[in-house]
Amino acid sequence: MGILDVKDVGKRFGGLQALSDVNLSVKENTCHAIIGPNGAGKSTLLNCLVGKLIPDTGSVMFDGNSVLGRSPHEINQMGISRVFQTPEIFADLTVMENMMIPLFAKRDGAYRLHGIESVSSERELVSMAEQMLEDVNMLDKRHMHSASMSRGDKRRLEMAMCLVQNPKLLLLDEPTAGMARADTNNTIDLLKEIKEKRDITIAIIEHDMHVVFSLADRITVLAQGTPLVEDAPENIKGHPKVQEAYLGEAH
Amino acid sequence: MFGLEKKDTTLLILVAILTMAAPFILNPFPEGSGLAQFNAGYPDLMQRFVIFGIFAIGFNILFGLTGYLSFGHAAFLGVGSYSAVWMFKLLSMNIIPAIILSVIISGLFALVIGYVSLRRTGIYFSILTLAFAQMSFALAYSVLTPITNGETGLQLTLDDPRILGASATADGSIPVTNLFGLEMRSAFDLAVGPWTFTFSAGYYVCAVIMLLAFYLSIRIFRSPFGLMLRAIKSNQTRMNYTGLNPKPYTLAAFVISGMYAGLAGGLMASMDPLAGAERMQWTASGEVVLMTILGGAGTLIGPVLGAGAIKYMENIFSKINDNVLHGWFSFMPDGIENFMVAIVHPFVGKGWHLTLGIIFMLVVTFLPGGLVEGGQRVGKALRRNKDEDSKNASTEPAE
Repeated sequence: MGILDVKDVGKRFGGLQALSDVNLSVKENTCHAIIGPNGAGKSTLLNCLVGKLIPDTGSVMFDGNSVLGRSPHEINQMGISRVFQTPEIFADLTVMENMMIPLFAKRDGAYRLHGIESVSSERELVSMAEQMLEDVNMLDKRHMHSASMSRGDKRRLEMAMCLVQNPKLLLLDEPTAGMARADTNNTIDLLKEIKEKRDITIAIIEHDMHVVFSLADRITVLAQGTPLVEDAPENIKGHPKVQEAYLGEAH
Repeated sequence: MFGLEKKDTTLLILVAILTMAAPFILNPFPEGSGLAQFNAGYPDLMQRFVIFGIFAIGFNILFGLTGYLSFGHAAFLGVGSYSAVWMFKLLSMNIIPAIILSVIISGLFALVIGYVSLRRTGIYFSILTLAFAQMSFALAYSVLTPITNGETGLQLTLDDPRILGASATADGSIPVTNLFGLEMRSAFDLAVGPWTFTFSAGYYVCAVIMLLAFYLSIRIFRSPFGLMLRAIKSNQTRMNYTGLNPKPYTLAAFVISGMYAGLAGGLMASMDPLAGAERMQWTASGEVVLMTILGGAGTLIGPVLGAGAIKYMENIFSKINDNVLHGWFSFMPDGIENFMVAIVHPFVGKGWHLTLGIIFMLVVTFLPGGLVEGGQRVGKALRRNKDEDSKNASTEPAE
């Protein structure tokens, strides 16, 4: 039993069987990568975990509770944070305001009509936000309008917004997609540091094998909606089925 | 001060000074002079400035912060007015219970309409609110005649019960609205040379209530609740995946802005105790949208400026008729005079909407942030000039 258990999950869109018989168990405090060629169902699987999609069959258990039928905000409150393929941040707000929102969500739950004390008077939360920004080297940008930042910075901000909630499980959807090599390496370093410092489980969907092999403790290969193999990284590299799936699709 | 940051305190104090000194500021031209018709310092108009200011401040809490564009806010204004007048008919002529009831009833109305309308976003939300407002208008106009008195409008009569007051005064007329005895229409004139300044009790009551409403809106803007509302406008997906449910927040914003509208409606009835269905019509809902956008949606002071600008034009521009125009251009030769009058004529008097339309288009096109953005740009330009001056000044000695 892992912290996240996916059992016999299937999902059909019209005539397309996007997922079938997906079984997956993510162990606590590990980094589990899900890789696979385009159209393998990686994003569909992820969306089934966070409440955006409801699978037709099977079950998804997180920390002993089913997530099926719960809405995204409820699932976040259970301790799952998600980083998107294209950074989803509050672009109209400043970096600091972006950081305060997840902190309020964590402390006060899905909704609470606060009093009319000002945001800046929440000393404790402000210092937590500043600490987190310092950890991702963004403290100097805290008053910046987040829309005006580079894509790499937006990604780091989104990551910081997820981490500041201290989630049990962090879901990353291609966190380095479209990034320059230097930014990719920074992201890898950041994630490695997070893994070492915190008790956190990471599930990552990624195309970039460099990222996957630098981070993952365990890898699941998905092809045509079903898991092909699940093994440690060193065994995955030379696995004949994996090469077949990738090479067969790409060339 | 007052739990506000320095910048906000300055703004609040500035607004307080301006509203308190409005009878002077809005009356800059001596009586009898040619420009006296541009004076706006008479109680009726000043009351309208602040009452519509309250309406727009409340609307801005919904539209400016969450981005949900309601096209039916006049319904809450109308409900507030009807509630207040009923309070005058049944209880007493004191405005306090009337205003309290109008805020409560319009809040309940907003809760129902908001609960249904907020199931949709974007244009569908706007259309739902518009539909509700038009339904309320139609109901008030016809079906609910026993409550609203239909097209005549709800008025006070001599045989109203008024449990805590008198049905009629000693001399047999309808009593007037008051605040614990202070009559709303009482005023005091101050003549200074050719100027006459009128200080009306009604205006000052409205102004104080507007300042309280403005103060509350600043607190809401700066609070975690206000931050959540801005987050809703910015990115609802991220909001959901951050563990927040946007619905209760938007509904709360909708109800709060409905209560502001009800407060404005109640004040309107307190100044002039009658209520008609036309207050709920869609043009009235559209007007508050114009006010907010013209002033600057999502800014603190913008809606008040917008409300002032539109009400000023409505009351001042619309009074300029052909005779006045002939007076202005009389120094020109006859032919040119008539020509100028013919050109200006469509933009004033009954055509003031045309001027408003043009100004609105210009503002939206060139100043998307409204009058507030205009002010900020002017401020920035001035500061840059000053910086350059001081730079020049400091470099001079070196030369």
